Amino acid sequence: MDFSTLNLEIGAAVLGILLLAASLLLPAKKKGGTAVLAAIGFGALLVMSFAAPGGPGPFFKGQYVNDGTALLFKQIFILGAFLVTLMAFRFSKRFEDMRGEFFILMAFSLVGMMGMAGATDFLTLYIALELMSLPLVVLTAFEKKAERSTEAGVKYVLLSAMSSAILLFGLSFLYGAAGSFSYQDVAAVLTGSGIKGFAVFGGIFVLAGLSFKIAAVPFHMWSPDIYEGAPAPVTAFLAVASKAAGFAALARIFPLVLAPMGPGVSVLVVLLASMSMVVGNLSAIPQTNIKRLLAYSSIAHAGYMLLGVFVATKAGTAAVVYYLLLYLVANVGAFTAVTAWSDISGSDEISSFKGMWKRSPFLGAVFIVSLLSLAGIPPAAGFIGKFFLLVEVAKQGSLWLVALAMAMSVVSLYYYVSVIKALVADAPEGDDSSVTISPLLKVVLLASAVATVLLGVLPGPVMDFIKAAIG
Amino acid sequence: MNGLHLLPGIIIAPFAAALIMLFVPATARNLIRGLALAAATVSLTLATFAMFLYDNGTKGLQFVESVGWLKSYGISLDLGVDGLSLPLVLLTSIIFFAGVFVSWKLENRPKEFFVYTLLLVGGVFGVFMSTDLLVLFMFIEVAVIPKYVLISVWGSTRKEYAAMKYTLYLLAGSALAFVGLFAIYAYVQNPQLGLGYGTFSLAELQKVNFDPEFQKWAFLALLVGFGVLVPIFPLHRWTPDGHSAAPTTISMLLAGVIMKLGGYAIIRVGLGYFPEGAAYWAPLIAVLATINVIYIAFVALVQKDMKFVVANSSISHMGFVLLGIASMNAVSVSGAAAQMFAHGIMAALFFALVGQVYDKAHTRMIADFGGLAKYMPRTSAAFLVVGLASLGLPGLFNFVPEFTVFLGGMQRFPILTVISIFSVVVTAIYVLWVYQRVFFGPANPRWEGLSDMKGVEIVPVVLLGGILLVLGIMPGGFMNMVSGGIAPIVQRLAAVGTGGIF
Repeated sequence: MDFSTLNLEIGAAVLGILLLAASLLLPAKKKGGTAVLAAIGFGALLVMSFAAPGGPGPFFKGQYVNDGTALLFKQIFILGAFLVTLMAFRFSKRFEDMRGEFFILMAFSLVGMMGMAGATDFLTLYIALELMSLPLVVLTAFEKKAERSTEAGVKYVLLSAMSSAILLFGLSFLYGAAGSFSYQDVAAVLTGSGIKGFAVFGGIFVLAGLSFKIAAVPFHMWSPDIYEGAPAPVTAFLAVASKAAGFAALARIFPLVLAPMGPGVSVLVVLLASMSMVVGNLSAIPQTNIKRLLAYSSIAHAGYMLLGVFVATKAGTAAVVYYLLLYLVANVGAFTAVTAWSDISGSDEISSFKGMWKRSPFLGAVFIVSLLSLAGIPPAAGFIGKFFLLVEVAKQGSLWLVALAMAMSVVSLYYYVSVIKALVADAPEGDDSSVTISPLLKVVLLASAVATVLLGVLPGPVMDFIKAAIG
Repeated sequence: MNGLHLLPGIIIAPFAAALIMLFVPATARNLIRGLALAAATVSLTLATFAMFLYDNGTKGLQFVESVGWLKSYGISLDLGVDGLSLPLVLLTSIIFFAGVFVSWKLENRPKEFFVYTLLLVGGVFGVFMSTDLLVLFMFIEVAVIPKYVLISVWGSTRKEYAAMKYTLYLLAGSALAFVGLFAIYAYVQNPQLGLGYGTFSLAELQKVNFDPEFQKWAFLALLVGFGVLVPIFPLHRWTPDGHSAAPTTISMLLAGVIMKLGGYAIIRVGLGYFPEGAAYWAPLIAVLATINVIYIAFVALVQKDMKFVVANSSISHMGFVLLGIASMNAVSVSGAAAQMFAHGIMAALFFALVGQVYDKAHTRMIADFGGLAKYMPRTSAAFLVVGLASLGLPGLFNFVPEFTVFLGGMQRFPILTVISIFSVVVTAIYVLWVYQRVFFGPANPRWEGLSDMKGVEIVPVVLLGGILLVLGIMPGGFMNMVSGGIAPIVQRLAAVGTGGIF
């Protein structure tokens, strides 16, 4: 057994424990040190993921791999954790002596996410999924004194438990059919002469359980409430990393296990994708709270990315990874802008964003770039990301899906542009003094905007890297 | 000629100026205007230069530049122009140059205004110069948000409604066109039907023999998608609101250039690659074009607001472009291509003059005016010139392409063409009627002391009016260039013959 397969997982767990120790040892007034340590730690992990990613596996009797695809997803999670840490640097001050725990939980959740990307065995997958979700629940409820945050935490834990139950129910059927939890063994039953119907039944429940994690319609109900109630950096982490983890699992399971179950399961995925695009985009229109709006937008984006999963090819997975990456940077930009602004205005309502451009052109510009990327307007990255996804769909001959996705992206433009209008065209209400943003947030904002534009203008090198890694 | 890199210069100038402008303090108005003017001058000079260096004898693209972009997907950032696109590049740079002068005295947030305008213009240049379908499409999309912001911040008359309507109409259109592009890409990539590798290069696409049934639907997607931009009846509803609400410079760009993106894309991609699809839908286009020309001319007749008259007149005139496309012969298509240039100059001048009156009088209601010629003799004279151009008076350039379209149209759709010709009469009525009610008649004392155009205001009028006059007298060289440019497209059309949906 080559333990280097687990390099990154071990690294993240060690970071979590280091943070735990630091949090215990540091005096109450110096808890900020944990934030510094977390930022350095996640940064180091990111470097390590390129410099010493470890062996490809398989590890532990084929229960775990660290192949190119898994590694790419892990890099996305680490990047997400790193950016969210920078974003939460100042924000976490409000947690006072709990500040350390915030980053500890993030580190352990990260271990869970990596597990979801690397698992090739349903039991490992389940454990990883819980390892990811439980810290996220606590993070959601982290603002102890805020009613909405606590409410969001309770909702999340209940619905998360329900989705786990669904997943476990499905797994029991898969185990019943194959006598094993390994993806390979289950896939073998499907191609062989075993009791196939049994496995298909289980597979549908597994799909439902994972759809909950990526917030695909009709398993999306939790996300707007929880996105709204959670502290903004946690919302960003949920929207970006936890969704990416769901896709990491789906990208491995769907082609190997679910697609061979027959065309019916693919139809289910197409249904999930279409409903997510339609419901997500239409429901975003009447929203007045920016976090809820971004929650519905992220439901819609799950729909677009599910299209890349549905085609079940390596090129499709590459397109999903690219889209996740641009979705990550755009969302980090948007949520950082929201965080910075709510610090000033004390509100998450879209109407409170009026005149942002005038009060801080920099913040406004970054927010606009992020929204344009989500809307799919070039030169921001969203356009080329959608192109990568939809080209794979078109190659399958499903032009109506392409048409639906394009129609829905026109709908989405309506609400993104409404926000842009509030930022640019409307005059500030009341206070119109210019505002200053902390330098660290500025760095995060600038990095996200530059990355968004670069991913849109020079997509070639990144896409080639992703394709090479996936093989 | 390739050593000069004219095309990159034309397109980089506005983008670079926009980037530099971001770092200029908003209070430095002279610097901001100077930067915009510098970019416009560079683009205009290089475009004019390219026009003179263009070799009418060579077929195909000239001044070609190639920058690899997304090699694994067969997409490349290639630039090049031919007799179809070079005049439109020149048109854009002329209107851009004129537009900078029109907005010279803008007081409200000039920095942002010019940044967005520069981005818009850069995007338009990109559309006309790209020789890769996806890049071309990307540049159309790049221009979307600047247009929205420009209308909703600096506009007038229900600006927010108009801006959103404009944006959504155009985006819905381009979404449909994009679906068409995906279909093309998937078809080309198919080893049995197409080339076996994906590409959007216009040159590579020529190697593909598209199946007639596929052509039918792909052409329809492109026709409807890009037709919104033209606009083709009944998808024109955004135009009067959008063009009237926009600030003057942007109205000039929207009517002068943006509408042409649609016509250009239909000729370049629709006619160029799907001749059989075009032949199938041609009768339908011809009928809709006739409705454009005649019906919208009547709509223009009953408008109370001067700017709405001009906006509707634009739709009516773009009908000739569609009629030329539908007739599918060398004469009519070259007429359509030249009409895009002629109408662009004319519409820009029209909007510039209406803008001048509005800036001074703060109203555009025809009924409020009367006898303005007494106070604004120069504006009045210029208005007459552009009005006569609009109704197709020989001696002004607009006559030439319209006449060419009629000539070509007669060969294919004689009845519809004859009906369309009658629009000239309707145009004469509304143009002269507006002119009479606004500039003549009893002088309204309310406008006593209204200043005539002077200083920088004269520059765009002289530039645009001069082009109409000069080309009106000497259209030969220009028309040769256009018909040379469309020759390869027309060759493919001739092989198809006629037929169609009705």
